[in-house]
Amino acid sequence: MLRWLIGGGREPQGLAEKSVQTLGEEQTQNPYTELLVLKGHHDIVRFLVPVDDYRFASAGDDGIVCLWNAQTGDKLFELHAHTQKITALAAFPLTDAYEEKCHMILTAGADRAVIVWDCDNGRQIHKVSCFHSTVKCLTVLQRLDVWLSGGSDLCVWNQKLDLLCKSHLIDSDISAMIELPKNCVAAAVGKELIILRLKTSKDGTEWDVFEVKRLLDHQDNILSLISVSDLTFATGSHVGELIVWDALDWTMQAYECNWDASLHVDPQQEIKLSHSQNKISIQHLTSDEECVFAAVGKGIYVYNLQMKRVIAFQRTAHDSAVLHITKVPNRQLISCSEDGSVRIWELREKQQLTAEPVPSGFFSMWGFGRATKQANNTAKKAPESTTIYSLDLTGDLIGHSSAVQMFLYFGEHGLATCSADHLIILWKDGERESRLRSLMLFHKLEHSEDLQLRI
Amino acid sequence: MISAPDVVAFTKEDEDEEEAYNDPPLPEEYSVPLFPFPSHGANPWSKLSGAKFSRDFILISEFSEQVGPQPLLTIPDDAKVSGTFDLNYFSLRIMSVDYQASFVGHPPGCPYPKLNFVEDSKVVLGDSKEGAFAYVHHLTLYDLEARGFVRPFCMAYISADEHKIMLMFQELSVEFSKASECLKTGNRKAFANELEKKLKDLDYTRTVLHNETEIQKKNNEKGYYTTQAIEKANELASVEKSIIEHQDLLKQIRSYPYSKLKDSDFHPYKPECSLEQEDNLEHGFTTSKPDEPGEMNLHPRRASYTPKLIKAKSTKCFDKKLKTLQELCDLYFFTQTLDQLHQIEKMFRGDICYLLTNQISRALLKQQTITNFLFEDIFLVDERPPEKQSNAFQGSPLDSSDAKYLEVCPAPKTLTSSIAYKSSVESVPIKMDQEIEDTRCTEGSEPIPYDHQDNLGYLDADLKGSVSSGESIEVLGTEKSVAALIQSSGQDGQAILPQPLPSPQVVRSKAVSKRTISEDSIEVLSTCPSEALIPDDFKASYPSAINEEPYADEEDESLRFSPGLNLDHAGEVEGNAEPENLLPADSACCIGKESPSFSHPLPNLTPKLCDDDGVVSIPPRPYRQADQEFRVNFTDYSSHDGVLGGLLTYELDPHYLTSSPETSKMSLDKCSDSTTSYMSSAASTSSDRTPSPAPLVGQPGERHKKKAGQNALRFIRQYPFAHPAIYSLLSGRTLIVLAEDKGAVEKLVTALSIFVPSCGAYSKPVKHWTTTPLHIADFQKWKLIGLQRASSPAGLNMLHSLSRYNRYVSILDADSKTLRCPPYRGTLVPRLADHRTQIKRGSTYFMHVQTVLTQLCSKAFLYAFCHHLHLPIKEGETEESVVSRRLNFLKTHLGLASEDGKVVQYLAELLKLQYIQDPIWGVSPVLRFDYVPSALYKI
Repeated sequence: MLRWLIGGGREPQGLAEKSVQTLGEEQTQNPYTELLVLKGHHDIVRFLVPVDDYRFASAGDDGIVCLWNAQTGDKLFELHAHTQKITALAAFPLTDAYEEKCHMILTAGADRAVIVWDCDNGRQIHKVSCFHSTVKCLTVLQRLDVWLSGGSDLCVWNQKLDLLCKSHLIDSDISAMIELPKNCVAAAVGKELIILRLKTSKDGTEWDVFEVKRLLDHQDNILSLISVSDLTFATGSHVGELIVWDALDWTMQAYECNWDASLHVDPQQEIKLSHSQNKISIQHLTSDEECVFAAVGKGIYVYNLQMKRVIAFQRTAHDSAVLHITKVPNRQLISCSEDGSVRIWELREKQQLTAEPVPSGFFSMWGFGRATKQANNTAKKAPESTTIYSLDLTGDLIGHSSAVQMFLYFGEHGLATCSADHLIILWKDGERESRLRSLMLFHKLEHSEDLQLRI
Repeated sequence: MISAPDVVAFTKEDEDEEEAYNDPPLPEEYSVPLFPFPSHGANPWSKLSGAKFSRDFILISEFSEQVGPQPLLTIPDDAKVSGTFDLNYFSLRIMSVDYQASFVGHPPGCPYPKLNFVEDSKVVLGDSKEGAFAYVHHLTLYDLEARGFVRPFCMAYISADEHKIMLMFQELSVEFSKASECLKTGNRKAFANELEKKLKDLDYTRTVLHNETEIQKKNNEKGYYTTQAIEKANELASVEKSIIEHQDLLKQIRSYPYSKLKDSDFHPYKPECSLEQEDNLEHGFTTSKPDEPGEMNLHPRRASYTPKLIKAKSTKCFDKKLKTLQELCDLYFFTQTLDQLHQIEKMFRGDICYLLTNQISRALLKQQTITNFLFEDIFLVDERPPEKQSNAFQGSPLDSSDAKYLEVCPAPKTLTSSIAYKSSVESVPIKMDQEIEDTRCTEGSEPIPYDHQDNLGYLDADLKGSVSSGESIEVLGTEKSVAALIQSSGQDGQAILPQPLPSPQVVRSKAVSKRTISEDSIEVLSTCPSEALIPDDFKASYPSAINEEPYADEEDESLRFSPGLNLDHAGEVEGNAEPENLLPADSACCIGKESPSFSHPLPNLTPKLCDDDGVVSIPPRPYRQADQEFRVNFTDYSSHDGVLGGLLTYELDPHYLTSSPETSKMSLDKCSDSTTSYMSSAASTSSDRTPSPAPLVGQPGERHKKKAGQNALRFIRQYPFAHPAIYSLLSGRTLIVLAEDKGAVEKLVTALSIFVPSCGAYSKPVKHWTTTPLHIADFQKWKLIGLQRASSPAGLNMLHSLSRYNRYVSILDADSKTLRCPPYRGTLVPRLADHRTQIKRGSTYFMHVQTVLTQLCSKAFLYAFCHHLHLPIKEGETEESVVSRRLNFLKTHLGLASEDGKVVQYLAELLKLQYIQDPIWGVSPVLRFDYVPSALYKI
């Protein structure tokens, strides 16, 4: 059933469709025509982190960390040390601070240990297991050359794993942390957002961390915390509150929680949709300079920071909750969901020639021709504006048989997805792979003797 | 396998195939009368009736010094095989053509008897009365008690098919040489043992005699010798002489030139040989080894041997029992030899056409190392590595000088390496290595230029003349004969040839040949062991044998070589001048030579494709691979339109199946509507050949092929949507066969598996039966899956997973007879799977499929390895222009429409993956797919 709801004023116009938007078998814009199934884990794979341009690490509930080559799909190392599931994974950016350059990753497990690994030889460099609780998040502050572990308390470490300082003020587990300007850190603890400041003595030997401010604006647990730019960061909560904060004075810049209202469903439908928190919890946020993209329940919403409102959305982008979204170049957005699928979206912009609020041309352009096949949820700016944004499905990747926990966009190397079905799938551009293989082939031909190639 | 469907008549079919052709029976009046010789199987063109045995067999006979020629054993050891065939008579025949008189005795000027290490002689003879033709391999074994220390034996491969013997001469010769070498190694060992014992006996005798003489001397105080004493002294002297003689013999047998063996291609028992040698060097003659159980019984250790007194006058040879072959050769080696002979018998079983086609296929497969893995059974490709050696020209490690020599000299290699030892009359000094080198050097340095055409013509005329002569037994040719004949032809005025090997041995060999040809009732065309017959002499004594009427096949002049063509095949033509290539055959008929091989210019094919006005009367010839390597100039190929054009024509020709004009006739069998095509193919094979009566015993692979082919035929006829299904498989989209009944699924999977390209060097990506829900990794691993449809909850899960992954799979539902897969509109698959095909037999269809797929592979190869299709030619060329060039190549040069192009692209991708794969990690399988809509097909 299609229901057109045309609002006036500053309300966005939308085409709402109850069922999930689907794409036919023909997906001309989907570049991923080759896949590699990477097997290495024995339980849910929850984390993926890039190590460098061509390597990434994966970790999950089986306590194993695997290092992969994103180009060939080869498993480089399998790192065994954690006895329980891994709860956080982070990579050290490559720095010149040390005499020997090496890529390192940090893992934290439910066994209350944090381990530093060398990615080049697969060896364990350091291990700390003096934590009182499980470390839930790890953040590397490259500028200060320290890293933070967040559990029931926040600890600051240097790369040699010396404990620099510790905060005891937190009564609940830290679920997420981001770095803020002026040596500050924002930590999400339940409903609260705590701003902490790091202080160091001039010689760098003495460190201290202390709480600066507690922000209590969220009604429910903060599920996602991202840094939008140097001056702003954003948080999303379980009841669907999106708050954009000023990173310097920690004041609220924008607030959006009225996702259902933004749909402008009629009251009846609003009741049907209910306020099941699950449906509007903000699972993940991502952003570019202009917009914050929010995974709200099953839907994806694009919130424009300048206009301070939702400009485009897909209310049911997936069959189940969207777990992770990432903005990729070319105005594209990739989302993955509990339903096991990965979808590629494109944020399209249309210049409306007429300034009519409800132009008939709008219908002919977006509506019935493709309505049966593809539904477009468009959010139109106020009548005075002529730009219409829409979030269109350009491809879907079906491979996992269970929830896709996370994915990692590797640019031209492709896309790595990890899932609860214990698999990691590397999606690749078939054309490019074929071309690369040809190059390798001719390269090998040049060096082999059995065929004499003249170039 | 690259195969030609024309040889289908000779492939193996069992009775269970019959159920397949359940065509409505013909009315009585139209039916063809039954073959009048039902006892020999239902092979109406068999000339079996002439022969008295039911299949080929190997006969070992001995020329016993007591009873004359006698058969010892046959392989297979089955009375039914030889049937009413008179083995005794045939033994007499074959033993009477032994030209080597292995001379052991006192050569003039030598005080001691000398052993000859004589090379075996190899002869082909025929007995037209008996309908038997044989390759005869003569060898001599040493026996201390035998006259002249030697016992002549021969091994004969007897077949009713003369052509088979002639064409397989080289292979037979190599194989039998191996067996003979094994036998002789054992014999030398046993002989040394025997000598050793004899020496001990003699030593003991001497001691006894010496003691007696001493006693006599003591007793004899009178000062004069009694006759008794003189007798004793004489006896002692003769014993001592005998000891010296035997010691010398022992030395000789021990100094057998093992180094010579090292030169040769095969070392079946090298470890033993070297061991033995070491043994001998280190501690005399303790030849008993713990690892040879049989030996313990035959030759007890020296320590336990009690010397016997040897009587001065030994018993007459007629009284004593001669040693059996087994005793002569050391049980271990004897059983080894028997095993080998059994293998030979298996190897040469079946019709000559079948053997030759196999040989050609194998040789061609070796050339296609890059594309082989796609559709070939791997075990076929790497099958029996020693067999490579059986084809002397392919397997023998040729150094450059050898290779060069091969190109210019018509004689087989084995001949040259052993040439000096084959002469029957000369006694060859034991140090032979030196001489080998010499001979080789002279031969290598003096290439023999000669005119191929003339020589071949001559060869044919000569040899065939002998066949048609009325004598009851003919020696058709020996390995030396060809060289001799070629020379003779040269001297006959056709072409002036230099004497290839001017050597002092010529005179002696002349004498031999004269002697032998004068023998009664045996027509000898050429004698073997001398490498340089004087042809004039030879001809003079037997003009009629040579100047007989030409061979029937030769009336077709077009079948002769044309010199222009030969320019490209110079190496091969020379290779053809080998003894086994005695048939006059057009080079074009040798399928193996041109068709899929890139090393030959393809444009030559095009003119030949059209003239298909003859029935095949020439069997494919053994493939001779010259030492040419696989050299492809890609740039040339890609830029040279003629080449591609040639390929294209070849492709589009309706008779594209084989490149041979004759065989294309046979391709009627493939898809023409003619109802008689099957008959015609059968009839066309009833040419001069005499197929061997033996039904071939199928290998498991063979059986599988037949079954798969049969099932595939049924599938094609039964399902109108076979084409999209096959397209799915060829383009790498996993096909799932879904049904409740396991049997039905497996039948379909077997049928379809022949279309599945392999992804690596391992087994095909086919999963015959599974009941669990499928995952994405399964599609990466398997390209054809048999799946159970179940009504249980698990079954629901399975269906759910199928619908979820439907973009990766095509689903063939065998219960409701539906197929869901992308549509197909190309022209390739209809050729591969025509539901109106006239092919009836499974293995025929299998071969047909293999042929088409091999063509496809060559296209994929071209596509994958053409440099300019994948890389920019000019600097700054955009990727788009390369892509458009690629598509253009597929469309215009390979003639492939969109879907067919996808097949080639997929195969090319597999080729690339295989080629660039890491040798250690192997190829990582990728799942490639397209976002294409599927259609639902129903019957």
